[in-house]
Amino acid sequence: MTTETVEAPRSARVSRRSTNWEKWAWLYMRGSGVLLIVLIFGHLFTNLIADEGGVKAVDFAFVAGKWASPFWQIWDTLMLWLALIHGSNGMRTIVNDYVSNSTLRRIMLVALLASSIVLIVLGTLVIYTFDPCPSGALQSQLPSFCPAQ
Amino acid sequence: MWSWVLHRITGVAIYFFLLVHILDSALLRVSPRAYNAVIDTYKQPIMGIGEAALVAAIMFHALNGIRIILIDFWGGGPKRQRLMFWLVLVVWVILMAGFLPRQIGVILSEF
Ligand code: HEM
Repeated sequence: MTTETVEAPRSARVSRRSTNWEKWAWLYMRGSGVLLIVLIFGHLFTNLIADEGGVKAVDFAFVAGKWASPFWQIWDTLMLWLALIHGSNGMRTIVNDYVSNSTLRRIMLVALLASSIVLIVLGTLVIYTFDPCPSGALQSQLPSFCPAQ
Repeated sequence: MWSWVLHRITGVAIYFFLLVHILDSALLRVSPRAYNAVIDTYKQPIMGIGEAALVAAIMFHALNGIRIILIDFWGGGPKRQRLMFWLVLVVWVILMAGFLPRQIGVILSEF
């Protein structure tokens, strides 16, 4: 009978002190998913179902009415951040799965990151610099609480 | 396998809608006229059908997402994954049965 000699593994042991980013991304997908159920279902209910006109009731004045309350401002901010990061991290997984050319993959991942940062900053600015009664607008398109111009 | 394919396809579809949706909402910062002009297109019948498809995709992704989370964190999850997939479909049908008549009513209404 021959004796097999098993060589010691040649790759170095993974350092235990470095942060396991993939694990945190995995956990994030699940944590944000749970929160998004509440946020998105609430969003769809108030904007498509609760109001008599459904989607036809949505316009500038409708949104201005919602954003007059910090409740909906915070709701929409949380939804924006959680959903966009969840979605782009999911897209990152899919790009890693299907794009085998490493240059192309790198370009796509950078584009994903850049577009997400731009859209998160843009969306947050829109929510907090929103002006419900801009001058020069038609009175009929403004919420009812705007003073007559 | 099919639950995974559907989860992936709905995830990508919702992602691209979200990109557009953030941009159309940014028009709120431009002018009421600009925002209303774009949001009015969402009220066309053809877009009403698109919204129904979007809601259907989100409902499936969310329910199947709960299933994935239960498989990962609940001890009895992996054993019951198939049963939970059928439950996802049943709850999805119930939610859509509630939403579709409402959405069709809105599309046909003269609001
Ligand atoms: C409504 C609540 C939601 C729940 C419960 C949910 C749950 C999940 C879960 C558990 C995963 C699997 C992650 C993994 O396998 O590591 C996932 C993947 C994904 N989600 Fe969501 N999600 C939700 C909303 C969204 C939204 C709003 C978007 C788009 C912006 C989105 C896009 C994606 C994408 C692109 C993936 C990757 C799919 C894949 O890797 O096959 N999800 N989601």
